[in-house]
This record gives sequence, structure tokens and C-alpha cells, in this order.
Amino acid sequence: MANQDFPLIFEHSQESRTGFSLPEMDVPEVDLTDMFDERYIRETEADLPEVSELQIMRHYTALSTRNHGVDSGFYPLGSCTMKYNPKMNEDIARLAGFSHIHPYQDEETIQGALELMYDLQTSLAEITGMHTVTLQPAAGAHGEWTGLMMIRAFHEANGDFGRTKVIVPDSAHGTNPASATVAGFEAVTVKSDDRGLVDLEDLKRVVGEDTAALMLTNPNTLGLFEEHILEMAEIIHDAGGKLYYDGANLNAILGYARPGDMGFDVVHLNLHKTFTGPHGGGGPGSGPVGVTEEFAAYLPKPVLIKKGEQYGFDYDRPKSIGRVKPYYGNFGINVRAYTYIRTMGAEGLKKVSEYAVLNANYMMRRLEKEFDLPFSQHCKHEFVLSGKRQKKLGVRTLDIAKRLLDFGYHPPTIYFPLNVEEALMVEPTETESKETLDAFVDAMIQISNEAKEDPEIVQEAPHTTVVSRMDETTAARKPVLRYNKGS
Amino acid sequence: MEFRYLPMTEKDKQEMLDTIGINKTEELFEDIPEKVRFKGELGIKPPSNEYKLTKELTELANKNVNLKSHTSFLGAGVYDHYIPSVVDHVISRSEFYTAYTPYQPEISQGELQAIFEFQTMICELTAMDVANSSMYDGGTALAEAVNLSAGTTRKKKVIVSSTVHPESRAVIQSYANGPGVEIIEIGHENGVTDLKALAAELDENTAGVVLQYPNFFGQIEPLAEVRELLDTQKKAMMIVSSNPLALGYMNPPGEFGADIVVGDAQVFGIPAQFGGPHCGYFATTKKLMRKVPGRLVGQTKDEQGRRGFVLTLQAREQHIRRDKATSNICSNQALNALASSVAMSSLGKQGVKKMAWTNIQKTAYMKKALEDNGVNVAYTGPFFNELVINLGNDVQNANKKLLEKGFIGGYDLGASYNELAGHMLIAVTEVRTKDEIDNFAQELGDING
Repeated sequence: MANQDFPLIFEHSQESRTGFSLPEMDVPEVDLTDMFDERYIRETEADLPEVSELQIMRHYTALSTRNHGVDSGFYPLGSCTMKYNPKMNEDIARLAGFSHIHPYQDEETIQGALELMYDLQTSLAEITGMHTVTLQPAAGAHGEWTGLMMIRAFHEANGDFGRTKVIVPDSAHGTNPASATVAGFEAVTVKSDDRGLVDLEDLKRVVGEDTAALMLTNPNTLGLFEEHILEMAEIIHDAGGKLYYDGANLNAILGYARPGDMGFDVVHLNLHKTFTGPHGGGGPGSGPVGVTEEFAAYLPKPVLIKKGEQYGFDYDRPKSIGRVKPYYGNFGINVRAYTYIRTMGAEGLKKVSEYAVLNANYMMRRLEKEFDLPFSQHCKHEFVLSGKRQKKLGVRTLDIAKRLLDFGYHPPTIYFPLNVEEALMVEPTETESKETLDAFVDAMIQISNEAKEDPEIVQEAPHTTVVSRMDETTAARKPVLRYNKGS
Repeated sequence: MEFRYLPMTEKDKQEMLDTIGINKTEELFEDIPEKVRFKGELGIKPPSNEYKLTKELTELANKNVNLKSHTSFLGAGVYDHYIPSVVDHVISRSEFYTAYTPYQPEISQGELQAIFEFQTMICELTAMDVANSSMYDGGTALAEAVNLSAGTTRKKKVIVSSTVHPESRAVIQSYANGPGVEIIEIGHENGVTDLKALAAELDENTAGVVLQYPNFFGQIEPLAEVRELLDTQKKAMMIVSSNPLALGYMNPPGEFGADIVVGDAQVFGIPAQFGGPHCGYFATTKKLMRKVPGRLVGQTKDEQGRRGFVLTLQAREQHIRRDKATSNICSNQALNALASSVAMSSLGKQGVKKMAWTNIQKTAYMKKALEDNGVNVAYTGPFFNELVINLGNDVQNANKKLLEKGFIGGYDLGASYNELAGHMLIAVTEVRTKDEIDNFAQELGDING
């Protein structure tokens, strides 16, 4: 079957073929053997592919056609906010004055970049209702860790070394407990109640003198707004803990509610979700962190400030948690997010959430007739269905997801959150038209009917993709993580 | 105001409200408690049309002196290199940049295979067994390596050379505060790690030793001697941060028995963009494969026996293991890993070696040109593409004068090393011409004189 294998770039390689055009060596070459001990010179060359420019373009163009992005089709991957990535943002980020500037240039020579960053952090502070925002964290999980390290520094500065636990709901993203561990805390779980919200009684049970913080996504990963947020804030704050906001789902509440007004002390945002930084096949992202005034002193170094009409970095931050990343964050992604915010303004951002929520509720009401809906109240920007009913017919959620591929859709997030059996988490976003939503719902209904009448077509899906289901067990049991010539 | 990213019409909206069984969208937000509902309008700048905003942001960009408008000799971890045109054409394919993490392999073979190829190229350059799909950047990759060594050896002390990038060392310290790893910094001698200090600190409590190769000063660390020292404490891991371009010519850390090799692939196809996003890489021995942070792509077969690729060994990761994961990393730098893969494919086996060689030669020429102009070059050892010069006076002032002549000068080492006040770190990559080097050396000679 090897002739059906799609070639690797290495398999196009031929000795001495070139795809490069290097600047010429216009200085007299000198013998380096005096300088370089031969132990420090490579004996065997790094075996990179030797291919022509056209071969490169054909290879990667062919690879791109074996990949599904938002521009390829609907991508309702819950909790990931796969909205349209504006093309203008890409153009702005590529301007030489933004893409070809060096982080160690004199501040006077990069005032344009600093002005953009300052205006972005000020805008994000306003959108979230926080006092100050740092743009340094590279992604959401990095922001979580940054925020938790600040909470830790805050408690320790108060002589409070006994706060070793971070509470996370059972519906939380995996990054929440993982970030708690990396920051040196122990993660403890609080249960959800039968309406899919944090169980206040259980929260009261787990909170205590050892509570450093509660991490919360609101709306939560079920797409439900935590209605008792003020009571929760009170429970945590009364115990001396702090409230951490995971901004993964901010797309639901822009201009409708702000984490700062709900009592959150530290907030991270995913600019690659809500603010259209493209997901890039897995990154790069950007995960700014906003804080209340009492946390400002702990922000990572350096802090961008405005002195008169000049922008500059402040390194004199004795209480800072230190550096979390070299340089100043993922500036290129921040430029894209800024361009988006400036395109939309307050009016546009509020409409974003209005339509994100309207779209999700519309789909949910159309789908609840065919699929189990564990929580029936209005949702926010996403909703979670259960494939229980189909499972009884021998069709698992995984099968439904694979069958959706045949219709040209990226499936919803599956088997998450963990507190819903056979979960299917759908997030349409606001950038999709009603025609697209209807077509997807129709496909889901068709699949539900197939599960009843012709389950095999679902169980054996996908039928139209360039490869069929993969043997993931062998991949993990006998890992092949790189190409080896001749193997 | 019209919003071109929002497709719903009033008619659509009405039909949808009817289906939901409500009169207006506000009803969908009634679960937000009255007390926290935001009533006003956000105090941010008003929406702007495409033409006007493009003009405004272009003007803002033009306020910045940039590496295209000026001749730069600034490096210190971020470099101005030749970027083949194909790179941006490939990463602008929106099937790549508008996709997310390849959770569904059947419709993500493009991304998965590109990452698998990236992993292979990093293994080739570093001479390591395993490389992951990318990290945020070289600095955080190094910090993760430090915590991995402490976690795996169950020892709490990690020795870090002061010739490691100062910002990477700062990040290491911040990350070490989580699990409580003790970081011991050791000094430098003639521009490389002080081996006597390393020998004195290295003991049975040492989890790892961190070096940069070539180091922050551009000098080649004596990895062979470091290896001999480490052989006296076999449990301590050898952790090396390497500029992967340098490894096109230099013997890679894997050949010296490194346990973990990390660095930044910015040198391959990624513009400086004010320090990010770049592309960290993370390579290890096979032994550490199941401890690696972040995503790994593995080769397998589909039901028809066709070769294909999947995310694998996911039991290490946060979405499966939650608080027991090897790291909290989720999003990485996939698109930049793709950019680097395209650049590495363009260069190929011969190009990467030639590019590394050109960097060394042009830097050697710079050294001579500086010396000819009476500028004092600080260290005598082998170097890659950076040099330290002792100006003996204010580096920032020198840089201001250089800027007037159209140059972006070097990095002020006094900002991060007290003992190196008045020293400047200069980078010379393949894109600099002989004339530019001559003129720069002459200007520095004049400033120095």
C-alpha cells in the first residue's frame, strides 16, 4: 500500500538540489580551523530535505488541501471560538514597522509599537473591567499560570503561606488544574449541580483557610452563565481566597458583563479566540492577564507605562513575580487583536456577543428534539448535547463526529466537559450565517436518523476524507515521532 | 455602522428568535444577575472602516524604526535573517492558519504531517531522538526543561550558567518558583562558563546543568569539557539551549550526550516582530520521551493501511491528565513551526550549513574590521555570529550616534551584567554586506576614538 502514501518532504529530496538563494559571501573567507577545535564542528550534516522552490510550494499546497480551517468550512469546536480570522489583521501584522522591529531597539525608535500595545492593554482593561492588563503571556494556559503565580505572591506577601489549594469546577478545562500544579498548588475539584452550575454547597465544603483561589470560566464550559457568581465571589473572598477568571468564553459576554464587575481579581484572555488571532493550527496564541489594583504590583516584568507623551517599559517592580516570557509577549498576535478591536468598537463587540449567543441558542433549540440536552436553560455562546440516545443504538459520539466530516464540517468538541456523558460541545460563533447553521443542524438530524435506520454508515465514517480512522493505539504503543530514511 | 464580519440580517434574527420562542435577544442574557450586568457602552475607540483603519495603523507602524529601513547589528537572541519568499506564501494558506490543533486526524493530515516533518528536522539539527511540536519560545522551553529535570531526577538544584540569555534565566527563575527548584547561577571566564565554578557546584543534589551553545556572548561553550564534568555526576542532566542555525555547522549538543536540547527556531523564517511570536523547540533523548511537555505527532496507519499522522502520547497532556500533566501547555506555536519547516526545507542540507558558515565568516570579518579600527573585541575564543566589544563608554550613547548614520547598534550588556558596563554585543548575520560591516566598524572606531 506504500504507493498510496502521501509523500513526506524528505521523500522529494535529491542530493544537491537547492531551494535557497542566500546572500553572497562578499567577505574574504578565512580558515577557521585555528579558531574552531574540530570537536565543535559537525561531522555529519543535518539531513534536511534538498528540494526546489516549486517542489516546496507543491508539497505544502498539497498538505494545505489535506487540512480543514475556518476558511474551508464550519468549525463549531466548542470552547475554542473558531470564528472568522479577518484578512486585514494579517496585512497589518505584516507591515515592516510591526513585523521587522527588534525587542532591544531603543524605546524612542519603537513608539508606534508601544502606543499600540498601550492602547490594546487599556482597551482590554475596559472590556474586562480590570485595573491593569499585561500583554506578556503567550497563550491562555500561560496566562493562567502567570495569574496564579501572582495570586501566590500576593498571599505570600501577606505572610499567608498556608494557601496551598486552588479550587476548579469539575467542568473546567484541563489547563486549569495543570496550571495550578505548575504554579505549585494542589488542585481541588468542586462539583456541578443538576443545572450544570457550580454547586454552592459543595463550594462551601471545599473552601477554607487553605484556599488560594477559585478558577472559574463564566459562562462555564457547558455554555451556562454562573448565575450565583456574586455569592461565589463572597464565599471565596470571605475565606481569604481570590477569584480567577478563565477568559476562554469571553465571546459570550462582551459589553454585557465584565469579569471585574463580577468580583474577579485576576483574569486571562485568549486573544486567539475572542479577538480573532488566528489559531494557526495550534498556535501561536496570546494570553493577556488583567488584575485589580491590589494585584498591580505583582504583574510580570516589565510593565508598559505612559510617561507624558512617551511610552516605555518599567523594570523597577520589586514585588513583581518576575519575567514570564522573554521580550514583551506575542506582539504579532496582539497587533491582530488590536486591529479587530478597532474595527468593531464597543458597538460591534456587543453585537458579537449578541449573535454568538443567539446562534448557539437557535441551534440548541433546533437540535434538542433529536439529541439529549442535559441542561435546558438558555445557553450563552455554546451548548453541550449528549449522545446518550444514539449510544443506545450503537452509535457513539465519536462516530457522530466522524460522520460530520463527510458533510465538510469540523465536528464539535467531543467527550468534554467530563461531567456530561457522550458530550458534544457546539460553539457556532457570531461570524456564521443562518444558512450555515441550518445546514449543520440538518446534517446532525440526518445523522441521528441514520443512527436509527442505518447505523453502519455512521459507525464506519468518515467515507470521504483523504484518510480513514487512524490506528491511534499503535501510534502510542510504538511511537514513531520522526522520519527515518529507508524505514 | 455595518460590520462585515457579522452576517445575520434582521429577518434571520427574527426567525431565530421565533424558533427559540423569545421576543428579543436581551432575554438570553437575563441569567446575568442585574447587579453585574454592564449597562453603559465600553469606553474604547469607535469602530473604524477598513480603509481608514489601515491608513491609521500604517502610520503607526511607520513611526517605528525597523530592520528594513535601517542596517541592524542587533541580535541578543532575536536575529535578522534571510527569509525565503515561499515561507509567507505557505503560512498564508488559510487552511493552515485558520485551523486549530489537529484533534481530528482525518481532516488535519496537512498540519499533522507538517509538524511531523518539523520534529524530524529539529532532531536532525540537534542530534536528539525526539522533538515536540513546538513551545512558546526558547526561554519558556528552557524553563520547562529545568522543571522536567528536577521532576524526573527528584532533585531540587539546577545550575545555570550566566552565559545563558539573561531573559531566559529570568524566566527559568519564575518557573522554578512553582515547584520550588533552587537555581544556582555560575559565572563566566573569557566569555564562557567558568568550569571551575561549575565543578564546585556540581554534586549529588544536582538535577541539571543549563548551558547555551553558542552562548549569549556568541561564544562556543566547551561542551566536551562540560560532558567530562557531568560524567562524574551521572544523574544530573545536561540541558543545552542552542540556536538551531548554528547547528548547521557546529557539532550538535546531542553528540555531547545532552539530555534536553531547546532553543528558538526564529532564525528559520520568522521575523523579529518585536520579540514574538517566535517558535520554541524542545528535543530530548528517547528515555525522556514520555516526560516531554506539549504535543507530539506520531506516524501510524489508517484502516486501509495508508500512512498517516496523529497527536500521540497524549497521556502526558493537560486535557487528559489534568493536574498530573507534564506541563500546562495547550496552545503552542504551530504556525511558526510550519514557517520554520518551510525555511529549513528551502535551505536544505547544504543551505543550512552554508548559511551558518556565512554567519561565522562575516562575524570573523567584523572582528578584524573592528580591530583594524581600534575597537577592543573582548573574548578570544571561538564564536558563531556575535561578538562582545568593550567600548569603555556609554553604549546607549553610541547607539544614538549609530542611529543617526542609519544603523541599529548592538545590545548594551551593562543592562544585564554589572561587570560588562560599556560592553556591546554585536550580531552579524548573512544578510549584512561587507560594505555595511566596514562602515559600521569605522563608525564604532570613530565613536570609540
